[in-house]
Amino acid sequence: MNDHSRPFELSFGQLESAASDAGMNNNKVTSRKVSVFYGQKQALFDVDLDIPDRAVMALIGPSGCGKSTFLRCLNRMNDTIPECRVTGEIKVDGKDIHDPDLDVVELRGRVGMVFQKPNPFPKSIFENIAYGPRIHGLARTKSDLEEIVISSLEKAGLLSEVKDRIHEPGTALSGGQQQRLCIARAIAVNPELILMDEPCSALDPIATAKVEELIDELKENFCIVIVTHSMQQAARVSQRTAFFHLGVLVEEGVTVEMFTNPKDKRTQDYITGRFG
Amino acid sequence: MSDTVAKAPGVPPRESHWGSDAAKRRVRRRYAADRRLQIYGLGAIGLAILLLGILFSSLIFSGYVAFFTTKVGLTIYLDPNVIDKADPGAANYRKITRNAFFEYFPEVKTPKERRQLAKLLSPGAQYVVRDYVVAHPEEIGNLVEVKVPLSDPYDQLYKGVIPREIDALSGDRIALFDVLKRQGVLQVENNKAYLKTDVYINPEDVPEGDIEAADFQRMVNEAFRAFYMRARTRAYEEILSQKAAATVKARVLADPALVGKTIQVNLPLSKHYDKLARLGEAKTLNPRFSSERDLEWFDSLKKRGLLSTPFTWELFLNADSRFPELAGLAGALTGSFLALLVCFLLSFPIGISTALYLEEFAPKNRWTDLIEVNINNLAAVPSVVFGLLGLAVFLNAFGLPRSAPLVGGMVLSLMTLPTIIVATRAALKSVPPSIREGGYGVGASKHQVMLHHVLPLAMPGILTGTIIGLAQALGETAPLLLIGMNAFIPSIENMGLLQPAMALPTQIFSWADSPERGFVSRTSAAILILLTFLIIMNAIAVFLRHRVERKW
Repeated sequence: MNDHSRPFELSFGQLESAASDAGMNNNKVTSRKVSVFYGQKQALFDVDLDIPDRAVMALIGPSGCGKSTFLRCLNRMNDTIPECRVTGEIKVDGKDIHDPDLDVVELRGRVGMVFQKPNPFPKSIFENIAYGPRIHGLARTKSDLEEIVISSLEKAGLLSEVKDRIHEPGTALSGGQQQRLCIARAIAVNPELILMDEPCSALDPIATAKVEELIDELKENFCIVIVTHSMQQAARVSQRTAFFHLGVLVEEGVTVEMFTNPKDKRTQDYITGRFG
Repeated sequence: MSDTVAKAPGVPPRESHWGSDAAKRRVRRRYAADRRLQIYGLGAIGLAILLLGILFSSLIFSGYVAFFTTKVGLTIYLDPNVIDKADPGAANYRKITRNAFFEYFPEVKTPKERRQLAKLLSPGAQYVVRDYVVAHPEEIGNLVEVKVPLSDPYDQLYKGVIPREIDALSGDRIALFDVLKRQGVLQVENNKAYLKTDVYINPEDVPEGDIEAADFQRMVNEAFRAFYMRARTRAYEEILSQKAAATVKARVLADPALVGKTIQVNLPLSKHYDKLARLGEAKTLNPRFSSERDLEWFDSLKKRGLLSTPFTWELFLNADSRFPELAGLAGALTGSFLALLVCFLLSFPIGISTALYLEEFAPKNRWTDLIEVNINNLAAVPSVVFGLLGLAVFLNAFGLPRSAPLVGGMVLSLMTLPTIIVATRAALKSVPPSIREGGYGVGASKHQVMLHHVLPLAMPGILTGTIIGLAQALGETAPLLLIGMNAFIPSIENMGLLQPAMALPTQIFSWADSPERGFVSRTSAAILILLTFLIIMNAIAVFLRHRVERKW
């Protein structure tokens, strides 16, 4: 039984940084009593969750537990689904994102998103990244735009791999490269918050490792929320973890503590593999 | 203990139904069913290909001759005294053309004969010469060679479409005649065929012994009836020549004692049956030619090598004409092009806007359901109904001009719209949601996602639907007939959106209705051209569809 309660080897470094993060009080996102309904069916029940800035927050839980739904609340992506209704309060930087004065397009610019399946536009690599800055008017001149594209590719760790074929279609890249292209596309509009919905579930272990490395670097500048099915991944990349079960936020805390010493029975069962 | 060991020697054999006969039968039956299904499918496809092959081969067989026209080369002296250089079109080209043609037949001199001779030339030949001179005014004063078409029957005769002679007697007449033949009562003497038969000189038919007044025709008919006791018609009576009665009369006049007796006579046969008896077939001049003389003239032209069959550029360059050898599709092609242009300009933007709204913006409620159902119903409305609608609304209520390509295009766009809307909605639906999410994810607004991502990706599908819709519209006849887009347009010079016009299918319709033999092949040729356009359009649609498939 003891073995199960400590399923992952954690380094001292991770423990340390996790501990220091836990003390921070610079929350990027605060949500209070967030509930989501799909028609008559309620998918999320009164979620209260604070997400710290410049850190990675992992959302874990079994399939259908509402973690992706919660993620999609943060940039109001659920608005695009008819019959979906969100109640409660979500604040990004202290501002209510459901405020009628707030422009949802601007919100989505500030809150970037990376999806489960790499979804580059069927255009060139350059156009994929340049699209966001262009529609948000971030670049005045062509050279500005090129600079943004190059720096985004560099931040996404993709520049060295694609610099010779930047005008070739983005869909011709490998799966892992496509996903990093999508990350580059998201950071090109200079967001403050990046939402990742199982970004590695369609990738092989090597590509996954690269994306995880990238996430680790990005947390220096961005607030990242990642939904993942892999508890190893949550343990590797995140500082804090939230465990969802059947639409309820069961437990939230510093990742290391949660994996070593879960407070709730359901959390323990999940991370030890009893269900999920 | 040892007992139980003996009873269980190793693993007991498994009770399996997989190897049983019933199972094998099931497998065989399953294979047979698979094969049967394949055969049904192959049969259906084979039948379709066969019918298509028959359609195309019959069209090509009857249509290819229209691509060649029989022409006679005329050597014409363009006399500057007759043709005014300032106005070369005004001269009497009828006379010029005919005189040049009569040069070939110096022996034909009387005006009556010359009128007959001129019938070999197409009535439009003079316009061919005029157009040539108008196009080449520098040739005035020179001797020029111009090829002018022959008139339709001679054109068809030269190309071997119609025969010089046709059967004089129908099949059932020949069958009637065969009755006599089988009885061996026919004989040929002095190059003439006779029916050898007995005739009873009935005294009742000889009034008061006056042989002159006797009804010998009746006696002959009575005698002849014996061969056709069971015939329902009296058509056989025409087998005998009118002179048959006179022959009997002559015999009786020579020997009045024959009255009341039965005599054996050789009765002459009428013209065609006489030939049939002697030669085994009876031919007569094709009624499309007025006399053997005309054909002699034609043969003379042919023998002298003056006739040729160049490619019929007129088929594409000329507009409609009453004379098949001059009729072309230029007017119909122009009309169809203008109508399709209007149709495209109307239905493409309206169709895409409608589909975009219904698919992306419209709330899903009862009203949009109603609209959707009605759009699908619209696709099933017979085209003639759209024609009536156009007649009632566009022509009567709006007062738009009749027969105009503008109205034709408007009516056709009513038919094309549902096709485009349905295809566009399908194309929009097939754009993967991940592309939309990607767009929204970087902060694009709804219209930006639509215009920048969804619509460009859906465009090949939309174009496919549009082209298929336009191809349907190109072949549509009934609505155009109802708004009068089957006008007779002999020149394409004045064609426009508001001027009367005809379209390809209505041209085919009107040619198919014409009695001249040349229009038969012209109709087939026009159908081939229409089908060529349809195949090209569909090929473009297929090509676009393939490009979509390659993308995802």
